[in-house]
Amino acid sequence: MTISRRKFLKTTSVSCLALAAGPSLGHGYELLELPGRMSKGPEELKAKRWGMVVDMRKCDGRCTEDCIGVCHEIHNVPFIPEAEHQVMWLFQEPYENAFPDRSRELVSKVLKNRRFLLLCNHCDDPPCVRACPTQATFKREKDGIVMMDYHRCIGCRFCMAACPYGSRSFNFRDPRPYVRKINPAFPTRRRGVVEKCNFCQERLEVGKMPACVETCKKGALVFGDLDDPDSEIRRILAESPHVRRKPELGTRPSVFYLF
Amino acid sequence: MYGKRWVIPGMILFVALAAFPFYWYAVGKDKPFPQLEMPKNAKACVEKTPFMRANHMRLLDAWRIAVVRDNLFVYTAASGKTFEMNLHKTCLGCHTSTEKFCDRCHTYNDVTPPCWECHLQTETASKGSAS
Amino acid sequence: MIEKAFHGGKGYWIWIIFLAAGTGMGLLAYLYQLKEGLWLTGMSRNVSWGFYISQFTFLVGVAASVLMVVLPLYLHDFKAFSPITVLSQFLTVGTLAMSLLFIFSDVGMPMRILNVPLNPTPGSMLFYDTVFLPGFLLLNLIIGWTALGAEKRRAVLPPWVKILIYISFPWAVIMHTVTAFIYAGTPGRGFWMTAIMAPRFLTTAFAAGCAILIVLSMVLGRLSSFDAGEKAIQKLTTIMFYALIIDAFFLAVEYFTAFYSHVPAYSETFRYLLFGIDGNTAFVPWFWLMNIAILCAIGLLAFPGVRHNHLHLSIACIVALCGLWIDKGFLLVPAAFIPNVFGRIMEYPPSWVELTVSLGIYCLGMLMITTLYKVTTAIKRETNVRR
Ligand code: SF4
Ligand code: SF4
Repeated sequence: MTISRRKFLKTTSVSCLALAAGPSLGHGYELLELPGRMSKGPEELKAKRWGMVVDMRKCDGRCTEDCIGVCHEIHNVPFIPEAEHQVMWLFQEPYENAFPDRSRELVSKVLKNRRFLLLCNHCDDPPCVRACPTQATFKREKDGIVMMDYHRCIGCRFCMAACPYGSRSFNFRDPRPYVRKINPAFPTRRRGVVEKCNFCQERLEVGKMPACVETCKKGALVFGDLDDPDSEIRRILAESPHVRRKPELGTRPSVFYLF
Repeated sequence: MYGKRWVIPGMILFVALAAFPFYWYAVGKDKPFPQLEMPKNAKACVEKTPFMRANHMRLLDAWRIAVVRDNLFVYTAASGKTFEMNLHKTCLGCHTSTEKFCDRCHTYNDVTPPCWECHLQTETASKGSAS
Repeated sequence: MIEKAFHGGKGYWIWIIFLAAGTGMGLLAYLYQLKEGLWLTGMSRNVSWGFYISQFTFLVGVAASVLMVVLPLYLHDFKAFSPITVLSQFLTVGTLAMSLLFIFSDVGMPMRILNVPLNPTPGSMLFYDTVFLPGFLLLNLIIGWTALGAEKRRAVLPPWVKILIYISFPWAVIMHTVTAFIYAGTPGRGFWMTAIMAPRFLTTAFAAGCAILIVLSMVLGRLSSFDAGEKAIQKLTTIMFYALIIDAFFLAVEYFTAFYSHVPAYSETFRYLLFGIDGNTAFVPWFWLMNIAILCAIGLLAFPGVRHNHLHLSIACIVALCGLWIDKGFLLVPAAFIPNVFGRIMEYPPSWVELTVSLGIYCLGMLMITTLYKVTTAIKRETNVRR
């Protein structure tokens, strides 16, 4: 049999590609039949759509170091010295930066001097989830939490461009050396992935309220089920006027502010 | 064939070079299987040892997906015992030293999974913060 | 055919070595970035996409412009384009390879890049790009290579290649449209969130692509016996001219909406680009330069004397390219993050690591294009001699 060099090269290169592509596509994603079965935790706090109220009438911004500190400590959030690479789950901004779309003229003193507590809004229609090309960011249908899978994130930062609230932080540096006190019960992150507030999913599954809610002595943070008309959070929202950040974008944030 | 004089020795040389690891490591003896330090507070792992030895990474992967995406939390093993699907509490709760368990076997098999880039065992964590 | 790339004069080899050296430098810078992390770039939590993603955007546009050559040739039977068809297809191959490398350099976890095809996410626009880009690269490589082979053997194009060519028409448009959709579908970034983004992407793409092709044809004409033909050059010039005018019109429309409506979400970034805000003016000179370059190019090309003098035409093309590159290859991506989501002005300067990696990728792309063009011109010379 004679084949031309051209044909030989073509056939070998195509078959090499196929050989290389085959196993790499299946790698690690084959479904494993586990001998056991999985179920929900017995103490898990349940809700259809978790949400939070930040009552700025009660939060005077003086002790926010406490709730932010606890959050960042238990979640091993690094403290990066350069502001432009900072990682933040729970953070503060003045009124005009937290609500840049609202009136900045003749702002009342009460609002002007406030530092607003900000976190991921766990939007009902989250643009970050829409953007993510790997489903590393996703919304859980069962409880509405917008979660991240740090094992899957490729660090493309499309979600950061898509989130209009600045809730997401990219690990520009290796975060480990910047974690002040490591909590061994929670992982740190790797360099090159995005991270954000997870509404304390790891606490909810064992029956605990989010750490910031538990820490706040003034009762300024209320956490509950937005889908349950009898929940405390729904009662508060029914009674007091409230706002959400950038509602005009249609993301339907699950974090509400009272002031 | 075109250029036979060069192509055939070239091919032989290529095969010889590409197969280098096979015959290089074939000489010499098997290294002894590493001594693993077994947990003191438990007799059996989540599933049977052969299964765990072959599939622990896939089990952990399945656990992670179940916990993070499907709000699941408890694993009932074939034996009927239940475990929290949590690497830190369940796995590292028994295997307190990753160095004396995980790493020994991983080193023996020459694999370097990136687990410890994020996950911490209590011992290294306390060491880390002390320094 | 590829062996033709190994026969060249002294100048050719010096150019190859120069490009290889540039590629090597870029590779070193990339390895440094891989080791240290993306903090070495100028990007930040405020401006989270920068130079890499800009280059990707610009180059996908150049790649899509192949449409402006194959469409007249195969749909309208405009024969004058046949000498430059393979050139434009190989230009597409090179630019797409560069775009893919730019995405690769931008992600924080490059070793996990296969997670994109492994978890297909039809809702994400970035997912479509990772499908359409390599597809178009292959498509053009196969079409171009087969066409060249057919030319060498003086045979007609096999019918299956014709089918691939027809597939490539909508493919080019879709590919660049989904690139625009990455930006146009992003709530909260008013500068991007405009329906004119995709049309504008296509016009700037066609203008830039034609400009590059004209310049390349002139350079090849100087260096080899290659002749694009005056008719082809003039047609390319016309396409570029109208694409530039449409682009200028689209820009003007954008300015009107932003500045007449006074809606801050739309106008703030434009205000920053035109005048600067609170003393932050890093992008202002660039933005003015962009506008002036595009207007100048249009003005120059309006004169028949410029269009028909090859030196003047090349200058006009380069002026146009400067404007188009500053627009899409530099400002469009980072400017949307200014002001940031908190209404603060945080500026973005690319770092030297970013620039070196980018230079390396451009060198690698040019290396690919050079070798492919070497083969093309060598084969064209052979067939001409035989003829
Ligand atoms: S606040 Fe941002 S990160 Fe959080 S769910 Fe909404 S869009 Fe996503
Ligand atoms: S950075 Fe990670 S989470 Fe964000 S879009 Fe990319 S893959 Fe998804």
